[in-house]
Amino acid sequence: MKFGTEIVLLSLFAFAALVAADFGVDEPFRQHMWVLFFAVAGFTAILLRNTEFKPAVPINPAAYMDGPVRYGAIATMFWGVVGMLVGVVIALQLAYPDLNIEPWFNFGRLRPLHTSAVVFAFGGNALLCTSLYVVQRTCRARLFGGDLAWFVFWGYQLFIVMAATGYLLGITESREYAEPEWYVDLWLTIVWVAYLILFLGTILKRKEPHIYVANWFYLSFIVTIAMLHVVNNLSMPVSLLGSKSYSAFSGVQDALTQWWYGHNAVGFFLTAGFLGMMYYFVPKQANRPVYSYRLSIIHFWALIFLYIWAGPHHLHYTALPDWAQTLGMVFSIMLWMPSWGGMINGVMTLSGAWDKLRTDPIIRMMVMAIAFYGMSTFEGPMMAIKTVNSLSHYTDWTIGHVHSGALGWVGMISFGAIYFMVPKLWNRERLYSLRLVTWHFWLATLGIVVYAAVMWVSGVMQGLMWREYDEQGFLVYSFAETVAAMHPYYLMRAIGGAMYLSGALIMAWNIAMTIFGYQREEDPMPGSIPALQRAR
Amino acid sequence: MSSEHIDEVSGISTTGHEWDGIRELNNPLPRWWVVTFYITIFWAIGYTIAYPAWPLLHSATKGVLGYSSRNEVKNELTAAEAAKGKYVAAVESKSVSEIAADDALREFAVAAGGAAFRVNCVQCHGSGAQGSKGFPNLNDDDWLWGGSAEQIQQTITHGIRFASDPDTRLSEMPAFGDIITPDQIKQVSAYVASLSGLVQDASLIEPGANVFAENCVACHGDTAKGNRELGAPDLTDAIWLYGPGETAIAAQVRAPKHGVMPAWIGRLGETKVKELAVYVHSLGGGE
Repeated sequence: MKFGTEIVLLSLFAFAALVAADFGVDEPFRQHMWVLFFAVAGFTAILLRNTEFKPAVPINPAAYMDGPVRYGAIATMFWGVVGMLVGVVIALQLAYPDLNIEPWFNFGRLRPLHTSAVVFAFGGNALLCTSLYVVQRTCRARLFGGDLAWFVFWGYQLFIVMAATGYLLGITESREYAEPEWYVDLWLTIVWVAYLILFLGTILKRKEPHIYVANWFYLSFIVTIAMLHVVNNLSMPVSLLGSKSYSAFSGVQDALTQWWYGHNAVGFFLTAGFLGMMYYFVPKQANRPVYSYRLSIIHFWALIFLYIWAGPHHLHYTALPDWAQTLGMVFSIMLWMPSWGGMINGVMTLSGAWDKLRTDPIIRMMVMAIAFYGMSTFEGPMMAIKTVNSLSHYTDWTIGHVHSGALGWVGMISFGAIYFMVPKLWNRERLYSLRLVTWHFWLATLGIVVYAAVMWVSGVMQGLMWREYDEQGFLVYSFAETVAAMHPYYLMRAIGGAMYLSGALIMAWNIAMTIFGYQREEDPMPGSIPALQRAR
Repeated sequence: MSSEHIDEVSGISTTGHEWDGIRELNNPLPRWWVVTFYITIFWAIGYTIAYPAWPLLHSATKGVLGYSSRNEVKNELTAAEAAKGKYVAAVESKSVSEIAADDALREFAVAAGGAAFRVNCVQCHGSGAQGSKGFPNLNDDDWLWGGSAEQIQQTITHGIRFASDPDTRLSEMPAFGDIITPDQIKQVSAYVASLSGLVQDASLIEPGANVFAENCVACHGDTAKGNRELGAPDLTDAIWLYGPGETAIAAQVRAPKHGVMPAWIGRLGETKVKELAVYVHSLGGGE
C-alpha cells in the first residue's frame, strides 16, 4: 500500500498532538498543539486520498530524485513572498504605529515572523532544494535514503509552520533568530540530522572521484547549523506539556552563546550555504569554468575557520570581557579577504563571458548578488571595528547592512538559481518570459539601493543624535525625538521594500507560468546574437 | 575524469576534473588578495598584543597599552564630572531661586535640567513639555500647584498623589455623580463652560451658578479661580487638563480622573530635581 507506514505514523503523531492540546498546562501551548494537530491531520488526509493498492512502480536508481527539489522551489517562492510581505508590513508599522494590531499582529510578534520567514523559510528552502539539486548532479548519484528527502522537506515545512504560528501566539524564547520554543527546536534537530544524513549519504555514494566545491560549502553549512542550533537552544522546559523553557546559560555567557549562534547563522546559513549555490549556478549559467580552484580551497577553509570566532563583535561595549571583544573584532577583520575570495571566484568566472551581462538577465542578477555580497562582507568587518561599532550599534545602520546582504546577496542569488532550475525541473524549453526577469532585476536592485541608502542615512543620523552632547556635557536629544526624526526614512524604507516585494511577485508569476508550460511570445533580449533568435 | 585540459577562451589549464559540465581553472591566488589577507593577519596579531586578547587559565592577556573599556568609561565620566564640578557644587548649596537669579548658574541648570527632562519627563509631558490630555502643559502660566521655582521643586520632589511619599501633594475632587443629580451636573457644566467664554444655553447657566455656589466654591473659590493650596484648577482660563467642552467637564464632575505623578527625589536626587525645577521654571510660565 502506497504511504501505508506514513499514514499510520502520521495518525499517531496527530493523536499525540490532540492529547497535548487537551492536557497542555498553558493556553498558548494548547493552541499551538491544535495548530500542530490540524497540520498533521490535514497532511494525513491528503495522503489517505492519494493512497493506492497497486504494487509500487520500481524506482530507477540511476535517475535523479527531483520531486523534493520541485516542491522546494515552489516553497521557496511561496515563503519568500510571505516573508517579504510581512517585512513591508512591519516597516509600515514602524512608520505608522497604529498599524500594530494587538495581540497577534503587533511588531513584537511580526518581526520574528519576518526574520524567520525570509531567513529560514525562504532562504532555508532555497538552500534545501538547490543543495539536493546540486549534490545529485555533481556526484552523479541519486539522493541517499529513499524517501528521506521527502521527510526532510515536509518536516522542514512543519517546523516553519510551527515556528510562525508560535510567534503569532506569543510563544518565544526571545533569542534572536532562534525564537522557537524547545519542542519546535527538538523537531528541527530531528529534521536537520535527517538532512545531514541525506546529504552526506549522497556524497558518500558519489560516482565522481572528487567532491565539488559547492558541496563543501553546503556540507559546512549543514554541519555547523546543526552544532549551533543544538548548543544555542540547550534549555530546560518548565513542563513537558508547556510552552516555556529556560536557557541552560545565564548572563553574559548566555549572550555570548546567542551571538555565537546569531553571527554564524549569518556566516554559515546566509554565507557558506549560498556560496555553495553560487559555485554551481554561476558557472552553469555563464557556461564558464570556475576562475580558480586554489582560491576556492584557500578561501573555503579560511572562511569557515575564521567565521566561527567573530560572534563577540555583536557585544562590543557590553558586559562581555574586553579580551573576547578584541578577539571578535580581529577575527572579523581577518574574515574580510576570505569572504572576498568567494566574490572574486564568482565574478571572475564570468571572464570570457562578460557579454552575457547585456543579454542574460539571470546572469545579471547573479552578478548583482555577488556585488552585494562583496559590499556587505566589506561593510561587516568595518562595522566590527569597535570605534565604528560605537556609532553603528543598535542603530538602523545594522538593519541596512543586514538587508544589503539578505536582499542583495541571499535574495538575488536564490532568484538566479530558481530561474535556472525551474525550466529544467519541469522540462520546459525556457522560462515563460526573460523580460519579466529584467523587470524583476531592476525592481529588486533599485529597491535594495533605496533601502540600504535610506538606512545608512537614518542609521548614522540616529547614532549621531544619540551621542550628541551640548558644550556642558548634557545629552541634546530625547529618545522620542530621535524616533520622530526617523519617520521619513522609515517611510522610504517601506517603499524600497515594497519595490523588492513587487519584483518577487513578478517572479512568482513568471515561475508559475513556466511551470504550467506557457511561453510568452516576446522579442529576444536586445544585444543577443541574431543567429540565436527563435524562429517566428 | 582527470585528464589534461585547456580552457579555450582563456588558454589556461584546468584541474582536469569535471562535475556536471563545470571545470575549474588553475589560476593562482590573486596577488593583491594574498597580500591584503596577510596584512589583516599581521594587523590582528599586533592588535592582540596591544589590547586585552588571549584567554589564559584564569584571566586573559592585558595588552601592552593597558586598555580597559571600564577604565575608559570611568575616565570619561570623571573628566565630565570634573568639568561640571564647580557648577554642581553651586547647585547643591544654593536654593532654586538663588540658582535662577544667577545667570551662569541658571544657564547650567537649564541645560542639565533639560537633559534630565528629556530622559525622565517627556514620556508624560511630551518632548516639548507641551503635555497632553491628563498631563499638564508646562510652558504656560497655568499652575495647579504653583509656578514658583520652589513650588515646582516641591512638586517634582514629592510627586502628586504618589502613595509612597508622605509629603506628596494631595487633592481629590469627590465624584459628584453620587452627590448631585444628573440635571444639576448638566447645569453646573454649562456654567463652568460659560466662565471661559464658551457660549452656552442661557437657561442652564443660572441654575448652574447656584449648583456651583453650593458645591464647588469651597475648593475652586467664589470666582472659580481655583486654589493652589488644594491643587484645585482655575476654571476661567480656558485651559483644560481633561479636555474642553461641556461633555468633558461633565465627565470630570461626575467621576473625576486623578492623575498621579511620581516623587522623583529617590530616583534623581536633590541636585537633579533642583536642575529640573529651574528648567521647568524657565520654560515660560515660571513665576
